[in-house]
Amino acid sequence: MVGPIVTPLLVAPLCLLLPRRGLYPLHLTVSLTGLLAVVALMRAVALEGPLRYAMGGWGAPLGIDLLADGLSLMPLLLTALVMPPLTLYAHDYLDEDGDKQLNFWPLWYLLWCGLNASVLTADIFNVYVTLEVLTLAAVPLVVLSGGVEALRGAIRYLLFALLGSLTYLLGVALLFAAHGTLDMAGLAVRWAGDRLDAVGLALIVVGLLAKGAIFPLHIWLPPAHSAAPAPVSAALSALVVKVAFYLLARLWFWVAEPAAGAGLLLGGLGATAVFYGSLQALRQGRLKLIIAYSTVAQLGYLLLLFPLASGAALTGSLLQMIGHGLAKASLFLAAGNVIHVLGHDRVRDFAGVGRLLPTTWMAVGLSAISLTGLPPSVAFLGKWRLLEASFQQAQWWWVVVLVGGGLLAAAYLFRVLACAFVDDPAYPEVHRLPWSLTWMPLALAALGLLMGLFSAPLEALLLPGSPFAEAP
Amino acid sequence: MSQLTLYGLAAAALFALGLYGLLAYAHLLRKILAVNVMGNAVFLFLVALGRTDPQQTNPVPHAMVLTGIVITVSATAFALALARRLHREVGAVDLDAQSRRGEALDSTQTEESGKS
Repeated sequence: MVGPIVTPLLVAPLCLLLPRRGLYPLHLTVSLTGLLAVVALMRAVALEGPLRYAMGGWGAPLGIDLLADGLSLMPLLLTALVMPPLTLYAHDYLDEDGDKQLNFWPLWYLLWCGLNASVLTADIFNVYVTLEVLTLAAVPLVVLSGGVEALRGAIRYLLFALLGSLTYLLGVALLFAAHGTLDMAGLAVRWAGDRLDAVGLALIVVGLLAKGAIFPLHIWLPPAHSAAPAPVSAALSALVVKVAFYLLARLWFWVAEPAAGAGLLLGGLGATAVFYGSLQALRQGRLKLIIAYSTVAQLGYLLLLFPLASGAALTGSLLQMIGHGLAKASLFLAAGNVIHVLGHDRVRDFAGVGRLLPTTWMAVGLSAISLTGLPPSVAFLGKWRLLEASFQQAQWWWVVVLVGGGLLAAAYLFRVLACAFVDDPAYPEVHRLPWSLTWMPLALAALGLLMGLFSAPLEALLLPGSPFAEAP
Repeated sequence: MSQLTLYGLAAAALFALGLYGLLAYAHLLRKILAVNVMGNAVFLFLVALGRTDPQQTNPVPHAMVLTGIVITVSATAFALALARRLHREVGAVDLDAQSRRGEALDSTQTEESGKS
């Protein structure tokens, strides 16, 4: 269980020492340990139920525990699937710039370490530490692309992230004052649901909403995600914001027992995010901004878990998280290819791109299927489960959000696709892309579709340790 | 217990002060300082928590504060470095004024910042 945390952490400083050619074995090592660890953990959890590991042999009240169960395996699996293609892509994408490479890799592996550590930890203070590892690795990666635009986006991102983490920390302090423990399981046992608990939980939730760019606190996301280098945008949009959602779900259902009204409030924020983000995406003229606003919208679906609060909704939101992660990573990589070839990402001037970059555009098309929620993508199954949950819980209004959001997603994505298939004889000279640039976006998008066919084991995995008695 | 309440109220006041500073001021240095005030508010509360029992101190909150200080210091240093770079590239350390000046400086990105 320690492997996925320690390996990238060890590799991070090594990257400074090795020349660029020597990095390839490192990429493969970290990717393979990540995948193998996830597969091993999934097997173990499926056979024996949730696993706990006491780091350093100290044990829960004093030491910090790691916890792997169905819920934490979902983001772990997403990270293990998305990061290796992004790494190979980044290796070639940052080809020319030696200096950039040197700064990029240590931060990249720290980001990877933070992603794995924050979903495996079972201690609410350690969550704060790992979130800061994530932030302090993610913000410099945004700045790497060098422009003033990126710098501004990064500063706004950093300030929001600090605001979020300090609010979160204040909530943690209140909960510690009330219960004298930081361990999630310990808190769950002692949870009283009184006013102090409610205030602590509210602060934690607001902090995580800021970290996760959920609707009213989303304004840092589009500038930061659209200005970063392509693989970084992909990692931020596909993975980093998902961590905050995972933690919300973990604390909401596994630790606390909040009132139904609070869940409705979060669901309302999610619904607003879906419509607001989609409408903003329709108005943007640049591909990366469209994709970034699409992230704001797609994150809204995840929040429908909180009012629905059932086994089907949990499965639905987690499958949607995986589907969106794969599709969004693919889209940002595709946008990177477009910028690499055309030198800009203005949708208006996309004529001929479809012929220029056929595999890339294929990836965009497949990702569009995932994002609009068409079968057989895993995102479709996620939305299907959410629909099912809305009917089961007799909360039909969420259906409007799910269907309307899908239609709007189709509108802004097909606009992009349509612009590219206008044929323009005057398109620029083709220069061949390295293989990773050509194939990685397609691989991610195809994975998003294929996972839909193999999602039954994932759903079964969510059963052990689930707080919902009537599991799907 | 009333002493802890006092510390708690002081921490809440400091936190609110920092939050106000973060939202109200445009100057980046002030924003960074405001974040630090917010952080210190939380640390004040945590340190007070370590001494609720007069006979003995609880080391866990102290460990949390130490970790928190390390993180805040590095985050502050990084934020200051970013602010310096912004000053070098745009000539202002001001989140609102800089967007106007920034557009004038690099004309290639005018359209993007106009739309975002």
